[in-house]
Amino acid sequence: MKQIVASLLAVLVWAFSTPAMVLAQGGPLRIEITEGVVEPLPYAVPDFVGESSGAQQLAQQIARVVADDLTGTGLFREVPREAHISQITSFGSPVQFADWKAINAQALVTGAVSSEGGRIVVKFRVWDVFAGTELGQGMQFAGTPDGWRRMAHKVADQVYSRITGESGYFDSRVVFVSESGPKDQRAKRLAVMDYDGANVQYLTGGNALVLAPRFSENGERVLYTSYETGMPRVHVLEVGTVQSRILQGQDGVMSFAPRFAPNGQTVVYSLTQGSNTDIWAMDIGSGGTRQLTSAPSIETAPSYSPDGSQIVFESDRSGTQQLYVMSASGGEARRISFGQGRYSTPVWSPRGDMIAFTKQNAGRFHIGVMRTDGAEERLLTASFLDEGPTWAPNGRVIMFARETQGAQGSSSLYTVDISGRNLKRVRTPEGASDPSWGPLQ
Amino acid sequence: MRLTAKLTMLMAVLAVSACTNANRFDNDAVDLNAATGSAGGILPGSANDPSSPAYFQQTVGDRVLFAVDQSTLSPEARSTLDGQVQWLRTNSDYNAVIEGHADEQGTRAYNLALGARRANSVMEYLVAQGIPSSRLRFVSYGKERPIEICSEESCYTKNRRAVTIISAGLTG
Repeated sequence: MKQIVASLLAVLVWAFSTPAMVLAQGGPLRIEITEGVVEPLPYAVPDFVGESSGAQQLAQQIARVVADDLTGTGLFREVPREAHISQITSFGSPVQFADWKAINAQALVTGAVSSEGGRIVVKFRVWDVFAGTELGQGMQFAGTPDGWRRMAHKVADQVYSRITGESGYFDSRVVFVSESGPKDQRAKRLAVMDYDGANVQYLTGGNALVLAPRFSENGERVLYTSYETGMPRVHVLEVGTVQSRILQGQDGVMSFAPRFAPNGQTVVYSLTQGSNTDIWAMDIGSGGTRQLTSAPSIETAPSYSPDGSQIVFESDRSGTQQLYVMSASGGEARRISFGQGRYSTPVWSPRGDMIAFTKQNAGRFHIGVMRTDGAEERLLTASFLDEGPTWAPNGRVIMFARETQGAQGSSSLYTVDISGRNLKRVRTPEGASDPSWGPLQ
Repeated sequence: MRLTAKLTMLMAVLAVSACTNANRFDNDAVDLNAATGSAGGILPGSANDPSSPAYFQQTVGDRVLFAVDQSTLSPEARSTLDGQVQWLRTNSDYNAVIEGHADEQGTRAYNLALGARRANSVMEYLVAQGIPSSRLRFVSYGKERPIEICSEESCYTKNRRAVTIISAGLTG
């Protein structure tokens, strides 16, 4: 993985000779996500042009991944290739806008792939068909052939961002728990995958029970809880080397539910002493700890605000699990959840404007979002057991785990828009739970 | 050779009896050599041997159950724990790990903390009855280790439990 990252650092951004056309705000090709898109925008992605021998197949595959990314958002609808009138046979040739207008493709993505010396170069352009102009500038990405999916995701992120005005989330990874076996003999190992379920890589062997991995802000480290020592203890893993170590702390004391502060240096987690579980913070470098809550109740599932100044967490100090916000240095906490039922697993959105949570009410589980003061609560899902939301890097999509009912029950990952639309299952090789969505790479 | 065969058989018996609790710590595996005090005609270490962990598990009762979201001990639970106290007093060369568990109707982190509350209730009770805390420790598995797998109260009620796992006296 390091290798891919390194080679993608060599990404080239380069303008084609045509003058850059930037679509004005409110131009024809603009999806305002906040308004709630009901009718997806029709677009076309003809096969990319293979510009060197052997690049043909990759060119097709990359175009398909771009289309899967865009269509998968629910904001775009692909005009099927069978309907295309024009073929794109040369990346440099002028686009026949009339042919794309005729099939009502409002946006067009053209691209080309060449390979030489063990590297591939992917270039692309985005067109506003009805305006007859290019949207943004042509770009190219270079990398090793095994990183082709990442390059496709990068293209899709650009298309998404140029049309919605927001950053994308396709070139991102998710760390999660891969599950196998029946409920009473379930084996769990840490795994990381692309956001769409491709390129699964296992990070632990499955001998020790592992729970709830959490990416650091830069995606280089993962915190998780492991029973390797016999007790649940917080561990930290370097993604690049797949080396992990236990965080300092007392032997024989349970620590769990860790999460990084945005600075990547501080970790918040729960520590159990006797019957009491409280939230603590640790400086990962020095090992110095600080207790942030001290109520005799259960305080757990802490999550930082993106500016690092506040922590949202769950507590049953009122009698049932509810959400609270406190300063990152601890102290007085204010309750923000007041609806029916129990609230848990709060996660601050990367934009800072919302908190996603799990809600349990009347025998059902929901994933929901609310403002950081608890206003405008909105439930996005309902099922026998939905749990543990995590935000896409752009704060528009939430991934979570859904466990099905009964003796044969198993867990899978799903995504849903924060509007509650576009609920989709993420394909994973085995059962999956506890997702944590990493940064846009 | 005969001794080896006998021990192998014993292992098998214990392995079967341990199936209800397959996921206890590996390093707490029962040391058969430590099973002493057998009465005449009773296979040492077997469920008939009152000083055996198998006896503890099957006859004394190794687990107590809890109401939804609760960690208070019912009268029935206290009665079971009184039996555990007696056994632990008599068999002072054994230690115990108390495992706390929750049913699946809850979120993961909360259930870990809830399982800890339950295990701690048991531990506090045993200590209050005179078992040295140095012989006891607890761990929570939250909802990770159900023994019954249906999604109904009949299963949940058995999963909301604290199980006392006997381990051969590890010094220190």
